[in-house]
Amino acid sequence: MMKEVLTTDHISMEFGGLRAVSNLHMQVFPDEIVGLIGPNGAGKTTVFNMITGVYTPVEGQIYFNEQNITGLNPAQIAKLGIARTFQNIRLFNSMTVLENVMISKHLRRKTNIIDAVLGLPRYNRERHEHYQECMALLKKVQLDDVANEMATSLPYGKQRRLEIVRALATEPVLLLLDEPAAGMNPNESLELMEFITRIKNEFNLTILMIEHHMEVIMGICKRIYVLDYGINIAEGNPREIQTDQRVIEAYLGVDMDA
Amino acid sequence: MSVDIFLQNVANSITLGSLYALIAIGYTMVYGIIRLINFAHADLLMVAAYIAFFGILIFSLPWYWAFILAIILTTLLGVTIEKVAYRPLRNSPRISVLISAIGVSFLLQNVAIVVIGARPKPFPRPEQLVWNINIGEISFLSLTIIIPIVTFILLAVVMFIVKKTKMGIAMRAVSRDFETAGLMSVDVNKIITLTFVIGSALAGVGGIMWSMQYPQVDPLMGLFPGIKCFIAAVMGGIGSVPGAMIGGFVLGFCEIMIVAFLPALSGYRDAFAFVILILILLFRPGGILGENTVEKV
Amino acid sequence: MDDRKNIKMVLNIALLLVICIILWWGQQNLSAFYIRILNLSAVFVVLGISMNLVLGFTGMFSLGHSGFMCIGAYVAAILTMSPASKEIIYFMEPITPLLANVQWPIFPAIVAAGIVSAFFGFLIGIPALRLRDDYLAIATLGFAEIIRIVVTNTITITNGALGLKNIPSVKSLWVYWGIAIITVIILKRIINSNWGYAFKAIRDNEIAAEAMGISIFGHKVLSFTIGAFFAGIAGALMAFLITSVDPTMFRFTFTFQILLIVVLGGMGSLTGSVISAVVITILMEVLRVVEQPMNLLGILQIPGLPGMRMVIFALGLLLVILYYRQGLMGTREFNWDYILDRIDSIRKRGTST
Repeated sequence: MMKEVLTTDHISMEFGGLRAVSNLHMQVFPDEIVGLIGPNGAGKTTVFNMITGVYTPVEGQIYFNEQNITGLNPAQIAKLGIARTFQNIRLFNSMTVLENVMISKHLRRKTNIIDAVLGLPRYNRERHEHYQECMALLKKVQLDDVANEMATSLPYGKQRRLEIVRALATEPVLLLLDEPAAGMNPNESLELMEFITRIKNEFNLTILMIEHHMEVIMGICKRIYVLDYGINIAEGNPREIQTDQRVIEAYLGVDMDA
Repeated sequence: MSVDIFLQNVANSITLGSLYALIAIGYTMVYGIIRLINFAHADLLMVAAYIAFFGILIFSLPWYWAFILAIILTTLLGVTIEKVAYRPLRNSPRISVLISAIGVSFLLQNVAIVVIGARPKPFPRPEQLVWNINIGEISFLSLTIIIPIVTFILLAVVMFIVKKTKMGIAMRAVSRDFETAGLMSVDVNKIITLTFVIGSALAGVGGIMWSMQYPQVDPLMGLFPGIKCFIAAVMGGIGSVPGAMIGGFVLGFCEIMIVAFLPALSGYRDAFAFVILILILLFRPGGILGENTVEKV
Repeated sequence: MDDRKNIKMVLNIALLLVICIILWWGQQNLSAFYIRILNLSAVFVVLGISMNLVLGFTGMFSLGHSGFMCIGAYVAAILTMSPASKEIIYFMEPITPLLANVQWPIFPAIVAAGIVSAFFGFLIGIPALRLRDDYLAIATLGFAEIIRIVVTNTITITNGALGLKNIPSVKSLWVYWGIAIITVIILKRIINSNWGYAFKAIRDNEIAAEAMGISIFGHKVLSFTIGAFFAGIAGALMAFLITSVDPTMFRFTFTFQILLIVVLGGMGSLTGSVISAVVITILMEVLRVVEQPMNLLGILQIPGLPGMRMVIFALGLLLVILYYRQGLMGTREFNWDYILDRIDSIRKRGTST
C-alpha cells in the first residue's frame, strides 16, 4: 500500500452556518494527477483553501506525508511542500516576471536580513543561486525572454503559466492547480495538458487539479473526485465518472464538452 | 463615595454615553456601507457647534433657528464631503480613501483655526434649555434629562428608518453586498448619500448638545470624541446601529466611572478608550453585537 | 554586465563625494537659519522613508509614527541632558535616581533612541498588525496617543506636560545629513533585498504571498519594527535640533506631515520621499509668509492668517490623493541604469550612422 501524499480525513467547512464542504475524504498518492470537479459553487476552491491553510476545517484533519497539517498557516504549509495557483490569477502586479518567481525562493532562504543590509558575500551568493534557479525555470517554460517585463503585461495564457512557475519555484512536492485552463481555447488547453504532464515528470510532482474543462480533466487525470454542494458524490477514473449517473445529474444543463 | 456623588456620576455617564452614542451611529453606518472610517465625521461635530455659536452670537438668531441652521448646514457639508472626497475614490485601493478622509478632517480643523482662531471660546447656552434642577440634596443640569431624551428619540427614528422603511432595507442590502445591491436596481449612490445625511445630521445634533454640556468650542474639539466614538462603534459591533448605541453608553459609563472610583487614573482617562479598543480588536473584533465572520477568499 | 556594475559603483561613490563637498561647503558658508532648515529636512527625510517602508512598500496603514518619534526624542533627551540640567528642569518631581546621573554622548544616545523605539514598535506591532487597514490605522493612532498620554503622566521619568529643555544642541549638517544618508542606504538595501520583495509581495497580494511561503505576520512585524527604529532616530535628531521636547509636540500634525510627504513623493518610492521631504520642509518655511501680514504693492494690507499653512497642506494632500495618486515618482526609483541606458542608445545611434 503506497503512502499517501495527501489525505483529507472527513473535513468540513462552514461559513456562518452554511456548510460549504461536508465530510470530505480524499486521498492523493505519489506521482498521481488527481482531478477535483463539480458544478460552480460546489466548494472546490474551499477544499484547496483548507489544504493550504487559508481556512481551518471545522471538522476533520488533513495529513500531508503523514504529518498532520490541520490548522497550520499557508506559509508553513508552503514550506512543507504544498504549492498552489489561484482561480483568479494572483500575480504580484508591481513586479516583473522574474521578480514574481524570485519571491518563491524566499522561503528557502538560509541568510537573514542583516546579511542583506551589510551586503555579505553569503547573502550575495544565495541571491545569485536563486536568480539562476529562477531563470532556469523560466527558460524551461519559455518565459525567459520576458523575464524583465511587468508580470501583468503578459497575455493571459502566459500569466497563467507564470503563476504555475511561481508555484514551482517553491520546490513543492504537491502542486494544487485551481482552474489552470480557465479562459483557454481548445488549442491552448491541449498545450496546457502537455505542459502539466511535462512539469509533473520533470519535477517529480504530485498534482491535484480543479478544472471545468472536461477534456483536460479526462485527458490527464488518473482519478477524479466529484463534489456537489460540498459533498463528494463520486470518485473514480475518467471513464467511471463520465458514466456516473449522479455526476451527470449534478451537471444537468451544463455542457459536458465545455 | 456618597450617594449623591455616585448619582451625579451616573447622571454624567448617561449624558456622556448619549452623546457618544449619537456620534457613534454616524461612524457605524458609514463604515457599514462603504467600509470607510470617516475620520472627518467628528469634525462635523465641531462645525455644527461653531455655526450655532456664530448664529447666536454674531447673527443674533434665536437659539432654535441657530441650531436648526447648524444641523442643516452640517448635513449638507457631510454629503458634500462624500461626493467630493470619497466617491471619486470608490474604486481605488482602500488606503487612498482613508488618506482622503484624514485629509478632509485635517482640512476642516485647520480651516476652523484660520477662520475662528485656535483659542477656545465659551458657548452660549440658551437659558430655555439649560437650567438647574434641585431634588433634595442633589442638583443637576436639565441637560442630564434633555440629552438622553433627545438621543433616544433620534435613535428610535434611525432604527425605524433602518428596519422598517424601503430606504432602510436598501441600506442594509448595500451594506451586505455592494455589487449585488447595485445590480438589483438599488441606486447605490442615493443610498450612500442618505447614509451620510443621517450620520451627519446626528453628528450635528451631537455637536450642539455637546457644546451645551461642555460649553466650550475650539477647532480640535471633535478630535478626541471622534476617536472615542469610533471605538464605541467598534465595541458595539461595527455596522450595527444598536451596537453603536450600546457601545456609546458603555464607553461613556466606563470613562466616568473609572475615574470616579480611581481618581489617581484621571490623567489616563483618554487612554481607556484606546486600551478598550485594542482589547476588542484583538479578542472580539466583531464587537458586542457583531458577527465574527470568516472572510471568504 | 560586470562592467555596468563597476560603473555604477563608481558613480555612487562619486555621488557621495559630491554630497560631501556640498555639505562641507554648506557648513562653512550658509547662515544658521538655512542650516537649520536643511537639518530639519534631513530629519523629515528619515521620517519620510521610514514611513514609506511601512505604508508604501509593505502596504500597512500605520498612523503611529509620531508616537515612536516621541519615544526616541525623550530617550535621547534624557540620556544626554546634564545632571545639573535635570535637577533644574524636573522641579515638579525629581527625576528617578536611575536616570539622574546619566549623561551619554550624542551618537550612542541616538542609537539607543532607535533601539528603544524599535522595542516598543515590536510590542505594539504584535497586537496591532493582526488588523486590517482601517482598523490598523485607528489602532496605531490609538497607540501613538497612549504613548503621549503615558509620557504626560509618568512625571518622574519624563517631567510630564512640562517637557524637557536644555537638551544639548547639535547644529552640524554632517550629523543630520550623515544620518539621513546612512538611513537611505540601509533602507535601499532592505528594499532591494529579498525581504524588500517580500514586503512588496505582501502589499501587492497578501494571500498569494502567504501561499508562496512568506510568513505574513512575521514580515509585517519586521517592517513595522524597522520603521519604528528609524522614527525613533528621527525623534532623537529632532530633540537635538529643537533642544526641547514636550508631549504636545508629537500630536497628529506630525504624522500628517509625514503622510503628506509619503503620498506626495509616491508611496513606494524612496527617491520620491527624499525629494518631497526636502520640498515640504522648505515649503513649510516659505509658507510662513502666508501667516504674516503681507503688504501688497504698498497699497493692500493683507492680515496674516495663522494656520493657513496647514490648510494649504491639507488641500495639497487631498489634491494629490484625488487626482494624482501616484505622487511624484509613483513606484519608480532613481537609478543609474536609466541614465546609462540612454547614453548607450545615443552612442549606438552614433556608431550606426
